[in-house]
Amino acid sequence: MRILVQEAPFDVGAELNAFQADKTDMGAVVTFSGLVRDLPEAPLRHMLIEHYPGMTERALTKIAEDACARWSLGDVLVIHRYGQMAPGDQIMMVATASPHRKDAFAAADFLMDYLKSRAPFWKKEVTADGSDWVAAKDEDEEALRQWQQGS
Amino acid sequence: MKLDVMYFAWVRERIGVPRETVETEAATVADLVRELSAREGRYELAFSDLEALRVAVDQDLTDFDASITGAREVAFFPPMTGG
Repeated sequence: MRILVQEAPFDVGAELNAFQADKTDMGAVVTFSGLVRDLPEAPLRHMLIEHYPGMTERALTKIAEDACARWSLGDVLVIHRYGQMAPGDQIMMVATASPHRKDAFAAADFLMDYLKSRAPFWKKEVTADGSDWVAAKDEDEEALRQWQQGS
Repeated sequence: MKLDVMYFAWVRERIGVPRETVETEAATVADLVRELSAREGRYELAFSDLEALRVAVDQDLTDFDASITGAREVAFFPPMTGG
């Protein structure tokens, strides 16, 4: 398991290749890659991501451990950036490796749902009109309830 | 006791500092919120709607009725928006 919280950009391709290397007993690797999305209403100048050093690493490790307890996983990678980013920039990625495809997909989906509302990151969007903190959505909490019901 | 109190995102902006050390005898998070709110308007404003806030005690997410006896740090922030 590898959890990285960093300001610096990273190369998804290189990270994926390194993650896949020497995994002779894993038949499936699923990756999710998250990018800064421009806004339809007003062009985004940049996005600022704030986090809680210490708690962030702790929360991400717990989420990854929960995924490992729930599915048959050989490895998990989570990289999440903080600081200032432009539209199209890489924010984060997760990768899961499993002997089987379904476990790899489900675990990646679970990691993303929990990471979104249980890891202490906050996004602020800065446009020509000003800046706003991104609000959490009700459906984010609903997604967690689905996992808790064991779907 | 001495307690490190931390604020993130708009809570930090409203209170005006990212962290501070407070001297408090508060037993729970809710007691601490009442103490801070009584101090100055900026705290009262930041804590006016607890439904819109989350709290972590020693870096674990918890509730406002959680005990802070013996805790080292308490953090207040809005719902998280990672990913």
